[in-house]
Amino acid sequence: MLKAMYEWIDERLDINPIWRDVADHEVPEHVNPAHHFSAFIYCFGGLTFFVVVIQILSGMFLAMYFVPDIVNANASVAYLQNELAMGAIVRGMHHWGASVAIVMLFLHTLRVFFTGSYKHPREFNWVVGISIFFVMLGLGFTGYLLPWDNKAYFATKVGLEIASSVPFLGAYIKTFLQGGDIVGAQTLARFFALHVFFLPAALLGLLGAHFVLIRRQGISGPL
Amino acid sequence: MSHNQDGNHKQVHYVGDSRVRANRTKKYPPDYSEFPGNNEAFWPDFLLKEWMVAAVFLVGFMTLVMAEDPPLGEIADPTNTSFLPVPDWYFLFIYQWLKYKWAAGKFIVIGTIILPAILFGALAVVPWLDRSKERRPLKRPIATGLMSIALIATVALTWAAEDEHVKQLESAPSQAPANKKVIGQNEAGYQIYEKNACIKCHGDQLQGLNGPSLLGVGKKRTTDEIIKYMNEGKGAMPAGMFQGSPQEQKILADWLVKQKQK
Repeated sequence: MLKAMYEWIDERLDINPIWRDVADHEVPEHVNPAHHFSAFIYCFGGLTFFVVVIQILSGMFLAMYFVPDIVNANASVAYLQNELAMGAIVRGMHHWGASVAIVMLFLHTLRVFFTGSYKHPREFNWVVGISIFFVMLGLGFTGYLLPWDNKAYFATKVGLEIASSVPFLGAYIKTFLQGGDIVGAQTLARFFALHVFFLPAALLGLLGAHFVLIRRQGISGPL
Repeated sequence: MSHNQDGNHKQVHYVGDSRVRANRTKKYPPDYSEFPGNNEAFWPDFLLKEWMVAAVFLVGFMTLVMAEDPPLGEIADPTNTSFLPVPDWYFLFIYQWLKYKWAAGKFIVIGTIILPAILFGALAVVPWLDRSKERRPLKRPIATGLMSIALIATVALTWAAEDEHVKQLESAPSQAPANKKVIGQNEAGYQIYEKNACIKCHGDQLQGLNGPSLLGVGKKRTTDEIIKYMNEGKGAMPAGMFQGSPQEQKILADWLVKQKQK
């Protein structure tokens, strides 16, 4: 039954090569933790992606209850954490997942660096990876403001002051992020939009490029 | 299929339109046959192992999530002047170097532009800085050395920032809780408190006179910590202020831990 359905679709859409492209490749022994336990260092990249998936899923559920305005933001987070079934778990996954994502990303970067995997022909993928790192830091910075508690507010205020001390561009960066003269209603709306639309879109694009390049170039050989 | 003229139903053959080239060449994935050892097909053998790693990781992650509730403070109050701002931990190293004289004030450009441009710029163009064919870390001592120094410096700066923040928090005047009612004022703990010198500095309602208020002290301190402060003193509080027996001291400390006013 399932096979017949698959064949019906495949005959029309030719989907076989699409997933075969993803599935049909060999994985060498030196990155396989089943053969060498020390190969777990090659899992950091995949686990970073796993945490990113956790962040996207938990974030989608948080967005069902979060209200991005200065009157209700804090109360809506308090509500989803304290009143809602499983709310503390979902917010906990998103909150701790942010830190875990940075840690895994850092470990993955170090693995790539110390195994010299960024060398010819993989230079470009290293640059894509560093871009992913910056986008993730941006997601961390914008997400920190959203609960709209004192910690979030004053950390963002300090962060924007630091950004505004950049010569020439500082004032523009500050205006762009702050959206007005103070850290206030406009800032929260902007950070929300950046956090849930702009930066995730950039992240998904960069991740796509990262994975396509890995498939094209393969994993670097054993040391 | 209407476009398929040779009657082969297994083969899609979009000839004469722009969707897919009819004779699309198969893309061969990189060949690892020159590597020694056991290669494994990604699907399904290796993917199963990846899932097992992910499952172990998920158990650890969910344990963390369930053990520790995510923090949420009071709603932001822009007029609050005593709040000590601190960024999330992964920005602390930048936050810390911006406190040093050579990267702040007049020299803020060093802290916000020059240093980040050198560090992050170098990180982004690493493949063009380290161009040798050698990949083993010990065979390229400059790259490995510089990265190790950067790593140690990042950890040290993060540590210094966290340490400074904790110290600032401790020395900041603690905000008295809104609820000023002493818990269990007719218990033995309060009588011991009253008999000793505690009451002279911390007040008969724990409100604080010469010393800090003890309202809400149970949220911050454990019994053992309180006994230690009674014996050894803390800040302006001299050692040995408690004169009673160890049993009384324990009762008093346990009673103070119950003061969890918010």
